[in-house]
Amino acid sequence: MALQSLDIVRRSATTLPEPEARGAHTGQVAKLIDTTKCIGCKACQVACMEWNDLRDDIGTCTGHYDNPHDLSEYSWTLMRFTEYENPKGDLEWLIRKDGCMHCEDPGCLKACPSPGAIVQYANGIVDFQEENCIGCGYCVTGCPFDVPRISKKDKKAYKCTLCSDRVAVGLEPACVKACPTGAIVFGTKDDMKQHAAERIEDLKERGFDQAGLYDPAGVGGTHVMYVLHHADQPMLYSDLPEKPKISPMVGLWKGAAKPFALFAIVATAAVGFLHYIGIGPNETDEADEEAARRELEKPP
Amino acid sequence: MTNHWVDIKNADLVLIMGGNAAEAHPCGFKWVIEAKVHNKAKLIVVDPRFTRSASVADYYAPIRPGTDIVFLGGLINYLLLNDKIQRDYVINYTDCSFIVKEEFAFTEGIYSGYNAAKHSYDKSSWDYELGTDGYVKADPTLAHPRCVYNLMKQHYARYVPEMVERVCGTPKDKVLHIWEMIASTATPTRAMTIMYALGWTQHSTGSQMIRTGAMVQLLLGNIGVSGGGMNALRGHSNIQGLTDLGLLSNQLPGYITLPLEAEQEYAKYIAARTLKPLRPNQLSYWQNAPKFFVSFMKAWWGDAATAQNNWAYDYLPKVDKLYDILQVYELMHQGKINGYIAQGFNPLASAPNKAKTSAAFSKLKFLVIMDPLATETSEFWRNYGELNAVDSSKIPTEVFRLPTTCFAEESGTLVNSARWLQWHWKGGNPPGEARSDLEIMAGIFTRMRAMYAKDGGAFPDPILNLAWKYARPESPSAEELAKEYSGNALKDLADPKDPSKTTRKAGEQLAGFAELRDDGSTQSGCWIFCGAWGPNGNLTARRDNSDPTGIGQTLNWAWAWPANRRILYNRASCDPAGKPYNPRRKVIGWNGSAWVGADVPDFKADEDPAGGMGPFIMNPEGVARFFARDNMAEGPFPEHYEPFETPLGYNPLNPKQPQATSNPAARVFPHDREAFGKAAEFPHVATTYRLTEHFHYWTKHVRLNSIIQPQQFVEIDEALAKEIGIATGERVKVSSNRGYIKAVAMVTKRIRPLTVDGKVLHTVGVPIHWGFMGVAKPGFLANTLTPSVGDANTQTPEFKAFLVKVEKA
Repeated sequence: MALQSLDIVRRSATTLPEPEARGAHTGQVAKLIDTTKCIGCKACQVACMEWNDLRDDIGTCTGHYDNPHDLSEYSWTLMRFTEYENPKGDLEWLIRKDGCMHCEDPGCLKACPSPGAIVQYANGIVDFQEENCIGCGYCVTGCPFDVPRISKKDKKAYKCTLCSDRVAVGLEPACVKACPTGAIVFGTKDDMKQHAAERIEDLKERGFDQAGLYDPAGVGGTHVMYVLHHADQPMLYSDLPEKPKISPMVGLWKGAAKPFALFAIVATAAVGFLHYIGIGPNETDEADEEAARRELEKPP
Repeated sequence: MTNHWVDIKNADLVLIMGGNAAEAHPCGFKWVIEAKVHNKAKLIVVDPRFTRSASVADYYAPIRPGTDIVFLGGLINYLLLNDKIQRDYVINYTDCSFIVKEEFAFTEGIYSGYNAAKHSYDKSSWDYELGTDGYVKADPTLAHPRCVYNLMKQHYARYVPEMVERVCGTPKDKVLHIWEMIASTATPTRAMTIMYALGWTQHSTGSQMIRTGAMVQLLLGNIGVSGGGMNALRGHSNIQGLTDLGLLSNQLPGYITLPLEAEQEYAKYIAARTLKPLRPNQLSYWQNAPKFFVSFMKAWWGDAATAQNNWAYDYLPKVDKLYDILQVYELMHQGKINGYIAQGFNPLASAPNKAKTSAAFSKLKFLVIMDPLATETSEFWRNYGELNAVDSSKIPTEVFRLPTTCFAEESGTLVNSARWLQWHWKGGNPPGEARSDLEIMAGIFTRMRAMYAKDGGAFPDPILNLAWKYARPESPSAEELAKEYSGNALKDLADPKDPSKTTRKAGEQLAGFAELRDDGSTQSGCWIFCGAWGPNGNLTARRDNSDPTGIGQTLNWAWAWPANRRILYNRASCDPAGKPYNPRRKVIGWNGSAWVGADVPDFKADEDPAGGMGPFIMNPEGVARFFARDNMAEGPFPEHYEPFETPLGYNPLNPKQPQATSNPAARVFPHDREAFGKAAEFPHVATTYRLTEHFHYWTKHVRLNSIIQPQQFVEIDEALAKEIGIATGERVKVSSNRGYIKAVAMVTKRIRPLTVDGKVLHTVGVPIHWGFMGVAKPGFLANTLTPSVGDANTQTPEFKAFLVKVEKA
C-alpha cells in the first residue's frame, strides 16, 4: 500500500538515509484488541475483506469456528477460538483476532532482501509494497507471529496493512470501525496503553489476577496489542508466542553474517579476477572434449 | 422490550437466558459490554451451551433445554423463602394481596377446570374474588391463605434447589450462586435486566417461561426501572413492527384482537375489550378501546364505516380458531387450503417438520413466492438429491416467483426491539423486475377490487369499500402509509373543555392517541403508532441523539410507541409517594403537580400519587399480575411441563399424572403426535439456533457470510463423540422421527453431558442457516428434524427441545 502523506522511516534492503522531516507528532499509533470484550462475531473479518477488496474461497467446516482456517493472501485477519478449561474446572472460550502485530522492530522487514518491499512508517505501521516483492518468503521466516502469506497466484507476500490508507487520512482501521462491542480500539500507543490499564484493573476486580497487556519487548513492542485475561499464558490464545523475537537466522543473515557475506561475494570476484590475470582463462583441449563425448554416449 | 437497548448499559446485573445476545444481536450486545465496563455490571448466562455470550460472562451455568421454568420457579421459591424481595414494590405494585376464588385448585400439575379430551381448560375458577362493590378483594397483610402471595409461595414450594438440579441438570452449587447474585438486585438501588429471545419462545411452554422471568423481575422490583425490565430481543429487523401491526392471524393493528365467532354483535365485542377498573381509582387504559377501534375502522373503511353500521363491524372476519403456521400447514396437508402466498417468508426452511411442509405444498394448486432471493420454498418441488429428495413429476403445484425489493431498496420505518420506529431512506433501485411488496400487494388488491366491482360476489362490500386514497393506487408510498397508521382528524375537533375552540382542523395529523375519538371524527390505522407522524411531521426520521440526563434517554431520536415512551411502566420506578427508588437513575418523579423526568411518564401526567393509582395502567387492576387470571392457556402460575419429545418420559414434578407430562393445554394434531419420537429410539436432546455469521436462510446467498461460516455443522460433546466414535470435523447423521440431516461434527467442550434425574443426557446443537440454495456449501434444512407442536398460547414451534439420534455418517 503506497503512502504519500507519511514518512517511511525504514525500508527493506536499503542503505539510503531515511527521510526525517515529518514525524508522527501526535504519537505513534496502536490498535488495542481486548480479548475480554470480544465475542468472536467476525465483523472485523468482513470489514477487512470489504475495505481491502479481498474475497477468500468459500471453504469447509473442519469442526472449528475458525473460518477461513488460516490467514492467506485474501484473509488478512481471522478469529481463532480456543476452548480452555481453567484450573477451577470452568470453561473459558478464548477468542483472539489474529493478524499482523506491526512490530516496532519488524522481523519481516529485517529479513526482506528486496529493496522497498517492506516499509515502516513514522507512525509505526509496517506495510508491504507488493510491487517490490520478489516472493522469496524470507518475511515469513522473519515473522515471529507467522503472519505473512505468499500468494499462490502472484507469488507475492500479503498481510494486514493496519489500513494504512485509512489511517493516513485520519480514519481508524476498518476492523475497528466494524467492531460492535468496542473490543478493538485505535489511537496513539500511549492512549491505548492507558485504556488497557483501565481494562486490566476491571478484569482484576473480576478475578482475573493475571490480566495484562500484550506488548512484547522482544520485538520492541507492537503496534497491535492485546488485553488478555491470562497475560501470563499468551500461548493459551491459539499459540500467541510468550516471548516473541526475531529468528536468530534473520539476525545472523542481516546482522553479524552480513559483512561476512559481503566479504565472501567480494572475495569470490577478486579471486576470479586474480585467477584470470595470473593463470589466464580456462581452456579445453581435444582430450577433454573426447572425454566429454564418451561421457554423453554412455547408456544411462 | 419493556426497556430499550441503550438502557441495558444502566443494569447492575444482566441475565441472559433463553437467548444468546452476543451471537444473535452482536450490535445490541454492545450495551451489555457497556454495562460491564462502565457500570461494573455482572453478566450471567444460563444456556444449554457455553455460547458466545457466555464467553464474556462473569458466571455461566448449563441447563437442560426446556426446563427454564424449574430454574426460575426455584428462584421464586428462593426469593420468597429468604425474603429477598423488594417488599414495598411487591405489596403496592402487584396483585400479591388479591384474594383468589375458592374454586381455584392445582393438583398434580393440573389446574381446576381441565378437559382432558379437549386439551383445554374452563378458566372460570382462575380469577380473583370480587367484593360487593365490584372490586377485587385484597388483604394487604398477606395473611389470607388464598391471596396470590400465599398461593404462589405454595405453588413454588416444590421447586427446591435439589429439584432444580434433578430436572435441569444444573449443578446445585451453580444454581445457588446464580440465585444469590440475582437476589442482590432486590434492593431499590440495584437493577437486573433479563435478555431473552427464541430460546424461551420456541418451547411448548415458551410464554410461561417468559412469565416466570417477569415474575422474578416483579419480586425484585426490576420492572419499570432504568437498567431493568423484560427485554425480548426481536430477530428480524421489523418483527416487532409485524406484531404491532397485527400480522398475527387473530390480531388487528395495535394489539386489538379480532372478534371471535361468538362475538357477532359489535356491542358485545367492544364491551369485552373495554376493561373497567377492578380496583378503586385505577386508570385501566383499555377503557379507551372504542376510540382506538373506531379510529382504526375509519382508517380502513373511511366513509363506509358509520355509527349506523357499527363502524362496518360486519366487514371483519370472526375467527373460529388461530390460523398460525402450524394450523395453516395442517389444513393445507388435509387439502383444505389450495393456494398460498409466501411473502418474505421461506416456510420450507422455517416451519417445523420439513417433510410435512413439503407434502402440504405439494397439495396446493398454486404457490406464490414474494422474495428478493430464490428461496428453498420456491424450489420445494425440485429434486436436490438427498437434500430435497422429492419426485417433481408427482407435484402439480404451480409456483410463481415474484422478485421483491430488499430493505435497502425502499423507504419506510422499521420497529426495533425497543419499540422505536426508525425511518430509513431508500439507498438504491432494485435490480431487474423486482417490485416492492407494497406495489405487489396493491396490484393484487386493485385487480381484485376491479373484479368484484365487475362480477360482484357473495359479500364484496369489505373489498369494494376499503379506503384506498393513495395518490397512486397501484403503488402507495411509505409516507402515505406512515401518516395513515399515525392518524388524523376527519373533521374539526372541538375542545372538550371549551367547545367554542378547535383542537385540530380537519385533515390535520394527530399528536397522539389521547386525541382519538369514538365518534368517527378521527382515524388512525394503528393506535399505538398515533403521533409518530404528528402535526410536526415525521418524528420517526429524527436523529438527535442528545442525552441530557446521561442515562441513555434520547427522546429526540426516532419515535417509540407508545407516546414516545422509552421505559414502560416507569411510574413503578418511584415509590408510592412518587419519589424515585434509585435517585442515581431517575426516570420520572412527582414534582408536586406533575410527573416529570427523563422519559414520557407511563401514567396519568397530573395524577397525584396520594390517589393510589397503580403503575400498570393497562391492567384493570392497576398492578402487575403474578396470577395471570384467564390470560394464559395452561394456568395462572407457570408450571414446568416436559418438552413434547421428553428425554425422561415423565415430569419429575408431577410424576404420577401422565396428563401433566407435557403441556396439558397444547394443541397437537393427531398425525403430528404420531410423528413424535421416543427417547428409547432417539436418546439425544437437540436444540436449534442461529450463528452470528449468518442471518436465517438469507446470508447463505452472500459470499462474505459464506466465507466466514461456509458449511453446515452440528455441535456435540466430547463424551458423545467418543461414544459414537467421531472426531471433530468428521461427518455425522442426525435423525429424528421425521427425517435426518448429515453435517460436520463439531466436537466441543462447550456442551457438557448433564445428569438429569440420574440419567446422563447429551445435548446436540443444530445451527440452522443451511439449505440447498445459495453460495455457501449446500446443506440440509435443520427443520427436517423438528416436531410440529407449538406453545399453547402463541403456537410458536418447539424448536429448542426435541429428540434425535446422532451416529457416524
